[in-house]
Amino acid sequence: MTGRFLRLTGTSGLILLACLLAAAVYIPVANQYIDPASPFHVNTASVVVFGKYLCFAILALSIDLVWGYCGILSLGHGAFFALGGYAMGMHLMREIGSRGVYGNPILPDFMVFLNWEKLPWFWHGFDQFWFAMGMVVLVPGALAFIFGFLAFRSRVTGVYLSIITQAMTFALMLAFFRNEMGFGGNNGLTDFKDVLGFDLQANSTRIGLYLLSIGALAGAFLICRAIVLSRLGKVLIAVRDAESRTRFIGYRVEHYKLFVFTVSAMMAGVAGALYVPQVGIINPGEFAPANSIEAVVWVAVGGRGTLVGAVIGGIGVNLGKSYLTGALPEVWLFALGGLFVVVTLFMPKGILGLLDRWRRKQIPADKAEQAGAEAEERA
Amino acid sequence: MNTLHKELTRTVLYLDGISVSFDGFKALNDLSFVVEPGEMRAIIGPNGAGKTTMMDVITGKTRPDVGTALFAGQHDLTKLDEASIAELGIGRKFQRPTVFESHTVRDNIVLSLAGKRRVFDTLFARSTEDEADKIDQVLDTIRLADRAGMMAADLSHGQKQWLEIGMLLAQDPSLLLVDEPVAGMTDAETVQTATLLKEIAKDHSVVVVEHDMSFVQDLGVMVTVLHEGSVLAEGSLDRVSADERVIDVYLGR
Ligand SMILES: Nc1ncnc2c1ncn2[C@@H]1O[C@H](COP(=O)(O)OP(=O)(O)OP(=O)(O)O)[C@@H](O)[C@H]1O
Ligand SMILES: [Mg+2]
Repeated sequence: MTGRFLRLTGTSGLILLACLLAAAVYIPVANQYIDPASPFHVNTASVVVFGKYLCFAILALSIDLVWGYCGILSLGHGAFFALGGYAMGMHLMREIGSRGVYGNPILPDFMVFLNWEKLPWFWHGFDQFWFAMGMVVLVPGALAFIFGFLAFRSRVTGVYLSIITQAMTFALMLAFFRNEMGFGGNNGLTDFKDVLGFDLQANSTRIGLYLLSIGALAGAFLICRAIVLSRLGKVLIAVRDAESRTRFIGYRVEHYKLFVFTVSAMMAGVAGALYVPQVGIINPGEFAPANSIEAVVWVAVGGRGTLVGAVIGGIGVNLGKSYLTGALPEVWLFALGGLFVVVTLFMPKGILGLLDRWRRKQIPADKAEQAGAEAEERA
Repeated sequence: MNTLHKELTRTVLYLDGISVSFDGFKALNDLSFVVEPGEMRAIIGPNGAGKTTMMDVITGKTRPDVGTALFAGQHDLTKLDEASIAELGIGRKFQRPTVFESHTVRDNIVLSLAGKRRVFDTLFARSTEDEADKIDQVLDTIRLADRAGMMAADLSHGQKQWLEIGMLLAQDPSLLLVDEPVAGMTDAETVQTATLLKEIAKDHSVVVVEHDMSFVQDLGVMVTVLHEGSVLAEGSLDRVSADERVIDVYLGR
């Protein structure tokens, strides 16, 4: 049993899960029970920030699954993240009920403001939590399925695919900016009150959401691992390395790509859904093409095709970002660009690749083979 | 018509009047070519004669402009995609050895094993004893049993060629298309490869493209000479190498 679990997580994965567990225990405790004057105290704002980074890490995992393992460089995953976020946001809007500024029990404020008579058809059902949660995965999943069906069937690959994924998220951004679309236009959805009766401003709710995000990240990691370790995962890597060879062996490459792209989009949707109640707003800016590109940089920095690296990149780069945007705001974009160049040129396997190389140097030659086997098991 | 039909169903591969052009350049020009069951055939011809393009047509990678391409006398290869053609039982080794570099030698064979190929089959696939036996058998045949755990990327060029042949074997197709299997091999490896292919040809139909004449000699099978997209000559190696035109366009140079 433990053997099987270790095989599923891998060594570095086990360390990751242990760190997540530690963070799940330490941060709430430090927030609740450690004296605010102590340096070990974690204030609630920081809990929310960490929760946000966990969502980014899930997004990074979803990108690594398609890019690192199947060679599909999606520069549009921010769209799936945002769609999951909007599905959640729509539920939170309906939860406001008559507590909105205009006090309309059915219509969200922005609809009243636009003089809308009734709720658009696609807002129905979102008052139900379970329905909204279904939409969190189904909407991004359906978009990815349709998009992937068309793109992979026509064998669009490489740069062309990346470009059309950018176009997809850009088009969605423009659409969501329009008031007529019915998603709050450029203000998006905000002023949320509570979820399932829990006040979103309450400390306990924030800690709860943070813990949920940790759980979701751990779950997403294990799902990704299960996929990449299965024989299907081997086919994905085969597609990445030699697509036409895979076809001539008899695999329908487009079906495999479609499967992994759809699963990945659903995962990104979940990340977005957890993100929105923590930051308290979702607006069309989340569809910005630059967001998707940034997320790809996280994965590249952490180590493409390693999963653990994606998590490290998703959290690490954002820690750096919040430090830099605080200390030297004008530098951040250059730092991000520079980081990407350095990683592509000197660290093709990212931070995790560096760690791996360092570890191998530490190991005497006779054990090197064993380490190789482990690395392969991890890959 | 009826007799023609009977003739056809007896063939493994039947190409008739195939033409392929790239931007007006005719890579294949009214090519006709037949492989009988259990036959091994060698194809020779100068660079650019259309040998690889012919394999592309047979495996569904390239669609011919005109012509008939039938497998086992009944399957129209010009209408099927790569995966369906592979499923029918046509396997192919590329000219440039193509293996899955970041998989182990063993996993390369695992992925090639005949079996279900659909997404959810592979998602839940478990390794079985039968599979393991089959894999060991293939690894023995291609002499890579002691390298099963190695990354394919770390194999020598010749070993990659063998691994790719092993992948074909694991696929267990009825027709194997082998494009330049001994390119880049040492003489000893070349001889071993000839032995290996002859072994394989005992229960498969095989088409081998090769420039190495001593290797073709070793195979000792009927030879087809391609030139400018069509068949220039056909017969034993001795006979075609005595042919004036073959000497002119190919052997003489
Ligand atoms: N996709 C393509 N687009 C354009 N031209 C092509 C394409 N594929 C092949 N050709 C051309 O068709 C001709 C036949 O090529 P092919 O690869 O079939 O030759 P070959 O007999 O396999 O030669 P070699 O012995 O060098 O492998 C060549 O002139 C080649 O440049
Ligand atoms: Mg060729």
